Amino acid sequence: MKIHEYQAKEILSARGLPVEVGVVISELAQLDEALQKISSGPWVIKAQIHAGGRGKAGGVKLAKTTRETREWAKQILGMNLVSPQTGPQGKKVRKILIAPAVEYTRELYVSVVLDRKNQCPVFLYSTEGGVEIEELAATKPQAIQRVLIDPAQGMLPFQAREIYFNLNLPKENIAQGTKVFQRLVQTFLDLDLSLIEINPMVILKSGELFCLDAKIMFEDNGLLRHAEYLNMRDLDEEDPREMEAAKSGLSYISLNGDIGCLVNGAGLAMATADAIQYFGGTPANFLDVGGGASTASVTHAFKIILSDSRVKAILVNIFGGIMKCDVIAQGIIDAAKQVKLNVPLVIRLEGTNVDKGKELLKSSSLNYKFADSLNTAAKEVVLAVQGANV
Amino acid sequence: MNLCLNENTRVICQGITGSAGLFHSKACREYGTNLVGGVTPGKGGSVIDGFPVFDTVRAAVSKTNANASMIFVPALLAADAILEAAASGIELIVCITEGIPVNDMAKVIQVLKKNSHVRLIGPNCPGIITPGVAKIGIMPGYIHKPGKVGIVSRSGTLTYEAVWQVTQLGLGQSTCVGIGGDPIVGMNHIDVLQAFNEDPQTQSVIMIGEIGGTAEEEAALYIKKEMKKPVAAFIAGTTAPPGKRMGHAGAIVSGGTGTALGKIEALRSAGIIVALSPGEIGTSLVLALKRGFSK
Repeated sequence: MKIHEYQAKEILSARGLPVEVGVVISELAQLDEALQKISSGPWVIKAQIHAGGRGKAGGVKLAKTTRETREWAKQILGMNLVSPQTGPQGKKVRKILIAPAVEYTRELYVSVVLDRKNQCPVFLYSTEGGVEIEELAATKPQAIQRVLIDPAQGMLPFQAREIYFNLNLPKENIAQGTKVFQRLVQTFLDLDLSLIEINPMVILKSGELFCLDAKIMFEDNGLLRHAEYLNMRDLDEEDPREMEAAKSGLSYISLNGDIGCLVNGAGLAMATADAIQYFGGTPANFLDVGGGASTASVTHAFKIILSDSRVKAILVNIFGGIMKCDVIAQGIIDAAKQVKLNVPLVIRLEGTNVDKGKELLKSSSLNYKFADSLNTAAKEVVLAVQGANV
Repeated sequence: MNLCLNENTRVICQGITGSAGLFHSKACREYGTNLVGGVTPGKGGSVIDGFPVFDTVRAAVSKTNANASMIFVPALLAADAILEAAASGIELIVCITEGIPVNDMAKVIQVLKKNSHVRLIGPNCPGIITPGVAKIGIMPGYIHKPGKVGIVSRSGTLTYEAVWQVTQLGLGQSTCVGIGGDPIVGMNHIDVLQAFNEDPQTQSVIMIGEIGGTAEEEAALYIKKEMKKPVAAFIAGTTAPPGKRMGHAGAIVSGGTGTALGKIEALRSAGIIVALSPGEIGTSLVLALKRGFSK
């Protein structure tokens, strides 16, 4: 689960990290009240969206006067922000964060993420703060240093000291600095996060470390244990079809094409989309109905696919294991009764109860084409769309 | 290290009194697995569908001599179940449970690294099957056929797809292992490839990978250096957009790493035949077999 910068800062602040949250507003009318809460200028105005690269895209501005603050707030609130991370369609800015500008002497990069290869969290740090870490990893990988974390112990004091000295930080503030690193790691572990990124972490004139920006992502499995943070989910930032699908235990992801897919199993669902592309088509979605799907959830899945107006044909690809083919077949038949199926439908069934499933489909009034292998199914559905496009 | 299941594999099911645990315990027994009992804390002493139930894994092991465990414990309790199995003398742990917090698995792995005789398959996996002998997992038994192809995969149903294609071609499988779709799993591609390399039953291998992480790239290097048997591969997720979890927690392209194209390129440059469509996994294996042993 992604959350906004201001929410990440609230979490860090509550855990004793050096950060100033500022005030978040969603309407211009709230600006005066917000400014009263923040001592004095200059101020920073920051677009709150679930994507990085906001600064370069014009979503972060510095204002010296209240008038300037108002102008920037007016411009940023409601704008469509396009950064490399939002995709070409961009993201609408619905909230902005107003915070006091901070003077600092240096910018650092620090983050905690999972190191899949070493199967433990890793603390990443660099003296080159303020730039995109992906860019830094590509152009100057030696500038990023890594410290593996034992998840049962957290960051050990000596590890924190090594990092502190490697970053050439002022010796007199070592107690504060090492505590910051250790607390970031502890926050990552305690809250089951998949990412904490402070970019930049800055060094104030006083020599102390300060979190100027903050990015936090919750690891979805771990979120089960932290229900108190669930209300930080911003539905405006999520794909409505993905949210709708999740309600029925379906895993749905929008893609850019015109062939709707309904598959069981994540690997097979990815592979089905790949097969469509291989034969010259473009998948409109990834949809995994899971192993425990019921007739009702299959019906729901079908409705979600059909609610996408780009969909010109549908491919159902089921390899029954736990999932039984007759359950899928009944779900499709039920869905076709409830919603108008006005696009070609190709069905491929294999595995548990395949004969029962085929029988159900045959004896229904459903209009579909049956395919006896994955390749045939993908070819058929691509042909169907090409036919529709002629 | 031989990974194949045999008549000496004695299996218990942790979470046997849950509906999924019981259903699949029965299915395993029907397939021929020597499923000797189960564990549910608090239900020890009872018998369910002929399976004796124990309160702890240690008690189950001491009474039944079990050496393998199949775990169907709910996600937030599953890490503890894995550690209990490892501490009680179980050598092969197959964790089917999906949704275990990643940090829990990170802690589990730190412990397992100190117990090198314990092998963990999964979590979030279909399990392991040696066709015609036994299975520990949720895969439909009948699509398999005893044979000489070893299959290793991160996915469940996509593995069934590959198995089915192999069976349809008249070939069969020596052993199939689903290593799981989470970012942190026990055995990885290389561990299973190593086992297949040493297993006399296995004469060729299909490896199915997917986006996310670098396990397939590392496997490609291993295959190039060590593998004595032909390998065909498929990588799922060519169409996956960056930053999205494609169903599996581990299937995510992040920061330009873990892409399908990068993995396909790594496998190809190691001389491995990669199927371009998932419908061609079986025929790619036939090609690899025709080309013969690379070493």
